[in-house]
Amino acid sequence: MTTNAEPADDRVPVARLKHRRVTRWTHWINVPLLTIMVWSGLRIYWADVRDPFGFGVGLVGWHWFDFLPDAVNERLGLERRLARGMAFHFTFGWLFAVNGVAYALFTWRSGEWRRLLPDRHSPGDSVTVLLHDLFIRRKPLPPQGRYNAAQRLSYTTIVAMGAVAVLTGLAIYKPTQVNLLTTVFGGYEMARTIHFAVTIGFLLFVAVHLLQVARAGWSNFASMVTGYERIANPPPVVSPADPTEPPPKQREESTGV
Amino acid sequence: MSEQTPEPKRVDEERAERYAALDADAPTLDESAYRRQTRRSVLTGGAASLAALVGWRWLQTGPEDNNIPVPLRRGHEFNEALWRRLSGRSAPTFDRSRSSVLRVNGRHGIRNEIDLDAWELTVLGPDGSEWGGHVLDDVTALPKVELTIEHKCIEGWSHIVTWGGARFSDFAALYADRLGPDLTDHVALVTPDREYYVGLDMASMLHPQMLLAYELEGEPLTQDHGAPLRLATPNKYGIKCIKRIGTIQFTNDRPTDYWYERGYDWYAQL
Repeated sequence: MTTNAEPADDRVPVARLKHRRVTRWTHWINVPLLTIMVWSGLRIYWADVRDPFGFGVGLVGWHWFDFLPDAVNERLGLERRLARGMAFHFTFGWLFAVNGVAYALFTWRSGEWRRLLPDRHSPGDSVTVLLHDLFIRRKPLPPQGRYNAAQRLSYTTIVAMGAVAVLTGLAIYKPTQVNLLTTVFGGYEMARTIHFAVTIGFLLFVAVHLLQVARAGWSNFASMVTGYERIANPPPVVSPADPTEPPPKQREESTGV
Repeated sequence: MSEQTPEPKRVDEERAERYAALDADAPTLDESAYRRQTRRSVLTGGAASLAALVGWRWLQTGPEDNNIPVPLRRGHEFNEALWRRLSGRSAPTFDRSRSSVLRVNGRHGIRNEIDLDAWELTVLGPDGSEWGGHVLDDVTALPKVELTIEHKCIEGWSHIVTWGGARFSDFAALYADRLGPDLTDHVALVTPDREYYVGLDMASMLHPQMLLAYELEGEPLTQDHGAPLRLATPNKYGIKCIKRIGTIQFTNDRPTDYWYERGYDWYAQL
């Protein structure tokens, strides 16, 4: 933070690049696309009211719960408009896939994956991070780069889930034309179950993501818009014009989201 | 602690350094550049959000083609053009023991019972002229095929079922002379009361898994499953598997279709 006493010194770096342009665009484009896919998907899902989704389908042959009970359906005003749902789903599905592929290709080619893929420390570290974020244990946080271990795991998982959503989607959209893919996912019914389960996963991810973004604060959020995150303690400029500059403070660890 | 060899760096420190090195060369901005960047990003983001909202509104309220917004109808047609390239593939078949009678899901065109003995199948040419008439024996005389497949409803459910019938391609061969080598582009099928009608492309109709079915689970079709003759295939949603066929027309115009008019994909291919 710059204090009021300091003039905006053009030589002092105050913000560092955090999210590259392609990352930001694909992230924000994904927001309406995922929303449309879930919304239109619910219209499709709801067309078969006699066979409500339960995790038991094909697994234990027992129906655990209604994914969306009737009361929720009525509150959300999800009319049973299957034709419109399919029309949106099968057109916007391509945009969702293209956007995801664009993100994945960029992340790979640009080397950003080095900051995102879990390393061998991530599984263990993520437990520490999780317990810390849940206020269960205040152990010192393990070393991290731009993303902590829990973020590496979840941001990698969510991309894999996107791929599974698209592939299971194709498997149930064209089960004859891509029947090998349908077989890989355990057949039509199982691919359908996985497709819905991944959707629930997306919704859980979004809920936790929004919560964590809110906790991480404005500067972190703004970095997904501007690309740059404010440096917590900008290093002083070694300048003969300002010999009274205080000594550098200890840099704080950022837990950014 | 200083008399020995230098203490090895702690693993955590090494890791922290390695992580930090990844971001060491990340570009930085000074205050005024950061403000410019913020202004530019907010303006770009605002403009993009506005464009998206306008586009969404236009999509929801703009012109429609057979009950869905025009761009989405074009989307269905794009998908059709794409998947037609693979349309020769066949659906997996299952062991007969896994199949059972499926639920009755649609009564369009079969609301009233008919006298099965009085039933006739009419075949029309592209110009609407009558090419022929058939009784069920004409169809059962063709080579019989039994298919145990997963029947899929556009609503989402599926059911493994065994159909018995003749391949449509064998039936169409009865009209080979009239059809000529070029055939026609499409086939239109209509119930006797004309309430329900489907249109299919010739390639889909000639697929070896496209049956004129007269048996379900080894028994003659019941009326609510489309007796005496219906379409059955694992490669189209159930909406295309018209029950109680009254008329078959070979045509070059893309025939309309009951559910197509109500907003569904015309192709409905699986």
